[in-house]
Amino acid sequence: MTSVLAPRRRAWTIRKYVPILGTLVLLVIMYGIGIVNYEGFYNTQILLNIFIDNSFLLVVAVGMTFVILTGGIDLSVGSVVALTTMVCATLLNDGWPAPAAMIAVLVMGALLGFLMGCVIHFFEIQPFIVTLAGMFLARGLCYVISTSSISIDAPFWKTTAQERIGVGTFTITPSVVIAGLVVVIAAVVLAWTRFGRTVYAIGGNANSAMLMGLGVGRTRIGVYTISGLCSAIGGLLLSFYMSSGDPLHAIGMELDAIAAVVIGGTLLTGGSGYVLGTVLGITVLGLIQTIITFQGNLSSWWTRIFIGGLLFVFVLLQRAVVRRTP
Amino acid sequence: MTGVLKHRLFWPSAALIVLLLGNLIFTPHFFSIEIRNGQLYGSLIDILRLSAPLILVALGMTLVIATGGIDLSVGSVMAVAGALACLIVVDNPGLSGVLLACVAAVTLALVLGLWNGFLVSVVGLQPIIATLILMVAGRGLAQLITEGQIITVNSPPYRFIGAGYLLTFPFAVIIAAVVVAFTALLTRRTALGMLVESVGGNPRASRLSGIHSRRLIWGVYAFTGVAAGIAGLMATANVSSADGNAVGSLIELNAILAVVIGGTSLAGGRFSIAGTVIGALLIQALDTTIYTTGVPAQTTQLFKAVVVIVICLIQSPAFRRKVLRTVPA
Repeated sequence: MTSVLAPRRRAWTIRKYVPILGTLVLLVIMYGIGIVNYEGFYNTQILLNIFIDNSFLLVVAVGMTFVILTGGIDLSVGSVVALTTMVCATLLNDGWPAPAAMIAVLVMGALLGFLMGCVIHFFEIQPFIVTLAGMFLARGLCYVISTSSISIDAPFWKTTAQERIGVGTFTITPSVVIAGLVVVIAAVVLAWTRFGRTVYAIGGNANSAMLMGLGVGRTRIGVYTISGLCSAIGGLLLSFYMSSGDPLHAIGMELDAIAAVVIGGTLLTGGSGYVLGTVLGITVLGLIQTIITFQGNLSSWWTRIFIGGLLFVFVLLQRAVVRRTP
Repeated sequence: MTGVLKHRLFWPSAALIVLLLGNLIFTPHFFSIEIRNGQLYGSLIDILRLSAPLILVALGMTLVIATGGIDLSVGSVMAVAGALACLIVVDNPGLSGVLLACVAAVTLALVLGLWNGFLVSVVGLQPIIATLILMVAGRGLAQLITEGQIITVNSPPYRFIGAGYLLTFPFAVIIAAVVVAFTALLTRRTALGMLVESVGGNPRASRLSGIHSRRLIWGVYAFTGVAAGIAGLMATANVSSADGNAVGSLIELNAILAVVIGGTSLAGGRFSIAGTVIGALLIQALDTTIYTTGVPAQTTQLFKAVVVIVICLIQSPAFRRKVLRTVPA
């Protein structure tokens, strides 16, 4: 029995890794192209800068990974990030202490996600349309607070923005450390907890998961809560990076986050993918920007065309992998 | 009376009328329409004129949603078509140049629509993903065409498309009306509309009963591309410039909203063109109302969010069962 099953299982295990391996190969090729063509590209600091400039996107994309793994989607993340920066800036200007303001926005983000999750689960409305409403709602609330940018002068924000942590001869920011922590926690939760396994089960087949007695509702609401919380954390990191709250922050970030998750090899139909893949996806997006900056004569809009092209290739790759599995 | 109340266009129409009446409080002359130099002027006419691009995009979206799909790329297609048209018109501001620009832009939009249709119907991608690709790449493409600049054109014939008047009516409204009438005839006076609904209701059963689902879906996305292309012409002509970033920004969401308000189910399987037109007018009226009352214009998004949630809850069988305790019809 086992001798019959073993080879098939092994084949599936390998196939499972095809998308993420594809991302890895792409990453290596892109990095190689960068090193060969551009002077100074091999500097490790260049690689670290990608994470410094995209730490907030990485956190948001980790939350998105949870949602997409269950087969859902969260379009509200960009707006929640912007709302977080606005609320944070307003609270700090009203004289709130930094820790209280941070806790307040984290609770707010999680609560928004929780509410969306509840509507999706209890009223059986498509995630797409619920989070679309959430996107409008959060963006609209930003404009209710203020239609213009609010600068953040709190000393804690100033020091965090300027703080550099040495890694050997290179430096990273505290934001990168926070993003790294979020990634590690997310990976552990997905791989080794009951909640994580239920997330994969729902993405594989929600009905089967329910019939198996798994807490489908709990978990589904949970992933949107996590996505909201991650968006709030991402918003905090963005407010460190920008030192301001602005209703125009993070417009279109949901697309970048979805792109990173897909390029990172997570199946959009749910059930298969890894947080590590999302990290690779963010690195690919960052490398595209870096290469375009190094190239000099390519304009910034090529970034979007490249990302679109990559999305296409990876979605086709996923399609091929899924079709071949029995 | 209950018959009127139960008609699926009752609530959107009522909302539109209430909203328009509400405007009387802020603008006493809201309903006055006058003819100056043989052209109609008035707030109502403005709402009609400004909603023309949204009506076109929402029209395409209605058919796509009726097949159970969705098209996120309409805003990008608008930007690409508008950018190409303006690029051509800049060098040939005459009538022939404008005609050439329109043909080229609409053809390009058709190609983009065919691309979406190909990904959905032949490759078999989920519609939301297939059109996401073009949504992301299209913005870049539009900026590539304009080279990151805002192309400003100085061409009266081109401006006519968005801001001109023909027989006292705004030209944009006439275009939208013609396209809507054409689509309504094509879908409701032939079997086409029913076939579209059948594909949305159950693609497999439709195919087994001999409907070319694949061809039909492909055609619907192509149509949406063309509609978005014409909308892109209008939007750029109205302001005589093409901005790759701003043209058609967020219109996909407004279009989906208009479709949902109009009573078309997001699950596919049935659609209402009249409902979509009312939905689009409602959204534009909301924008205009917010603008005239002096509330920051961007807060309309808040109202839209509330509208989306309320409408979706009412449409949701689970909500009706659990909260309203009524059996869905």
